[in-house]
Amino acid sequence: MRRRTLAVLALLAGAAGCSGIEPWVKPYERENLADPIMAWDPDPVSSSYMRHVYEAREGARGGGGAAGGGCGCN
Amino acid sequence: MQLKRAAAFLVALLPAAAGAGVLPEDRADLMWHYYDGGGVTIDGPSLLVRKKFAEKYAVSASYYMDMVSSASIDVVTTASPYTEERTQYGVGFEYLRGKVTYAASFSNSRENDYEANTASFSIAQDMFGDLTTVALLFSLGKDDVTRRGDPVFADEIDRRIYGVDVTQVATRSLVLGFSYEAIAEEGFLNNPYRQVRFVDPDAALGYSYEFERYPRTRTGNAFALRARWYLPYRAALQGDYRFYNDTWDIRSHTAEVSYTHPLDQRLTLDVHYRYYTQDAAEFYSDLFPRANFQNFLARDKELASLTSHTLGFGLAWEFRAPKMGFFDRTTLNLKYDRIEFEYGDFRDLRATGVAPGTEPLYAFGANVVRLFVSGWF
Repeated sequence: MRRRTLAVLALLAGAAGCSGIEPWVKPYERENLADPIMAWDPDPVSSSYMRHVYEAREGARGGGGAAGGGCGCN
Repeated sequence: MQLKRAAAFLVALLPAAAGAGVLPEDRADLMWHYYDGGGVTIDGPSLLVRKKFAEKYAVSASYYMDMVSSASIDVVTTASPYTEERTQYGVGFEYLRGKVTYAASFSNSRENDYEANTASFSIAQDMFGDLTTVALLFSLGKDDVTRRGDPVFADEIDRRIYGVDVTQVATRSLVLGFSYEAIAEEGFLNNPYRQVRFVDPDAALGYSYEFERYPRTRTGNAFALRARWYLPYRAALQGDYRFYNDTWDIRSHTAEVSYTHPLDQRLTLDVHYRYYTQDAAEFYSDLFPRANFQNFLARDKELASLTSHTLGFGLAWEFRAPKMGFFDRTTLNLKYDRIEFEYGDFRDLRATGVAPGTEPLYAFGANVVRLFVSGWF
């Protein structure tokens, strides 16, 4: 039963791959998203420093995500 | 010492940076950073340079320095004020091939009693009409821990981080992000200088100290969600949330909201508020009932239950740099944050004349400043 479910899921995934997903935001509609004020992390040298400040004083860590853009090594 | 593990940890996350599809801009940042809070002052320079080649390759190099002067609550109650320095170097390389970005980086952080080496790798791919970017991250760290004044003591930490990060374009004005990281550490995870206190009727203060003892393994999970929204009058609003838990029973929630507003063509204002709360580690206590009360003992305030509030702002001013024509654009930036830390079960032992365990709870505020120049070339 479990094997059959997996097979169906694999078929569905394959079908989705064939049909392709139509991007609902076209490249020419990304003017706002391309604006520099929309950068997740416009100043990596500063934000990586702040992560360091918090991680030295709090128990939690991680979850900073891929927002950085290159090496904001701190 | 308290800063270094965080530093070692942090660099591990950075290659995550690789966004797919396009490499980061050629850019140099020179920063002076300053922290003052809880009797600790830290300042120093930081430099970050990134350069692309043939739109396919990018290299980066960084230098960072902390100059620490500490008379923190832990230091004034159990040791003597001290000064120390930490220096960190990093290099990174990125390769863009089609819609896939491969990144690798290495960093070294060094102090007189601690050294951390970290290598990190990531792969990021754009998919679904470039509306989605998925990145996988892996980081490997090895720290060497020693103790000043103790030539015999030497130990290590091995650290592995596995992460996945998804960025999704939701609408013409909204981007969403999700990330998950699993962090596994093994080795000497406590601070070799910190001590716990326990009830001791024979002591003048009513308590005595013994060294902390932590488990030699720790595994944590961090889940983060974020959204950034472009407002119609050209401004940006961002919300972030993170949940963290680990095998030491620390659970935390972090929420942040930030707003970016261009004041005119040259000046941009950023304001933000951050809230953080955590439960104490399972083996933490402000005052143990007796010596060697249990296998693991901690009174490190970073493992106590705590809440912090941060309110901050930033100003970026775009200017034309005289005699620096090789920069296409330059900005001068000032960022200031005020952080208030409040502890739920860590007491201020500077208070005297009260029964042990009834001292007032500790709290402190910190000022954090970053002043930096950025140039794009």
